[in-house]
Amino acid sequence: MDAIDRRLVNGLQGGFPIEERPFAAVGARFDLSEDEAVARLKALREGGVLSRFGPMYDAERMGGAVTLCAMRVPEERFDEVADAVNAFAEVAHNYARAHALNMWFVLAVGDPAEIPRVIGRIEWATGLDVLDLPKLDEYFLDLRLSA
Amino acid sequence: MSPIDATDRRIVGATQAGLPFVPRPYHAVAEGLGLDPEEVMARLRRMLEAGIVRRIGAVPNHYALGWTANGMSVWDVDEGALPGLGPKVGALPFVSHCYRRPRRPPLWPYNLFAMVHGRDSGEVDAKVGEIAALLGSSARAHDVLVSTRILKKTGLRLARQEGAPA
Repeated sequence: MDAIDRRLVNGLQGGFPIEERPFAAVGARFDLSEDEAVARLKALREGGVLSRFGPMYDAERMGGAVTLCAMRVPEERFDEVADAVNAFAEVAHNYARAHALNMWFVLAVGDPAEIPRVIGRIEWATGLDVLDLPKLDEYFLDLRLSA
Repeated sequence: MSPIDATDRRIVGATQAGLPFVPRPYHAVAEGLGLDPEEVMARLRRMLEAGIVRRIGAVPNHYALGWTANGMSVWDVDEGALPGLGPKVGALPFVSHCYRRPRRPPLWPYNLFAMVHGRDSGEVDAKVGEIAALLGSSARAHDVLVSTRILKKTGLRLARQEGAPA
C-alpha cells in the first residue's frame, strides 16, 4: 500500500458519488485517471485491505432487524456448533471470544418477527441456549479508520 | 408500509456485497437487473437521503490496517447515568460501536457495549482504562471480551441475491 492507496482508504470511507462515472470523479479528487482509480480500488479490495466497497445499508431503516447473540458452548463441541450456527444465512458475523459466553454472532433479518424464529432454530440445531442482546440505544459514531 | 419496495430490494440485493469495479458501476448493476441506470441511481440517492444507505465507499479491514487488537468492552452502568454517559463513550475516537443492550442476569450483568480498537492488546487495555475513567463510579463492573477467532464474516445479507432460491 503506497501513499495514494492510503489517501484512498482514508478519504473514501463515504461520499462515493452516485453518477454515471463515479471513478472518474474519484480520480479527479485524488489526482488519478479513471482507470487508475478503478484499478487501485479493485486491488485494495482483492488484496483484502478493503473488506467491501459500495453502499452500506442500514438494516433497521430498511424495515429489517439485527441483534447480537451469545452462547456458552462446551469447548469440545465448539467447532461443530460453529459450523451449525454459521450454516444459517441470517448469521452475518460470528466471533469466538475469551469468556464463559464464548461464541458471539450477529443475526440480520429482513423482518423483525424472524429474530425469535431464527434463534429458536439455532437453539434446536445446537441444543444450546442463545442469549438475545438486541440494541436498545445506539451511541453513534461512524468510525473512520486511518490507514 | 415497508420503507423500501421490491425494486429497491433488488438493488440492495445486487449491491450489498459491493459495487463492480468498472467505469460505470451503476450502469452495470442496472444492466444486471434489467433496470434503467437513471432509475437505479435515483433510487440509491433516495435511499442515501433516507439513511437506508448509511454511506457509499470503502470499508477497510481492521486487521489489514494494523488495527489487529480489539476488545468488546462491556459495562454495568447505572441506567439513569447512561443517557449522559453513553454518547460520551460513543464519541471516543477508538470506539467503533457503542450500544445499550439488555442485562440478562445472572449470566450477563452488562448493559453498555463499547467496541475498542488498538494496534496491540496493551493499547486496547489503555483505552479501556480511559472509558473506566470517563464512567467513574457510574460503572459497577466491567469486562473485556477479546476475540480469539473470526468464525464467520460475510457482512449483512439483507436481501436475497438476484436469482438465489427463495
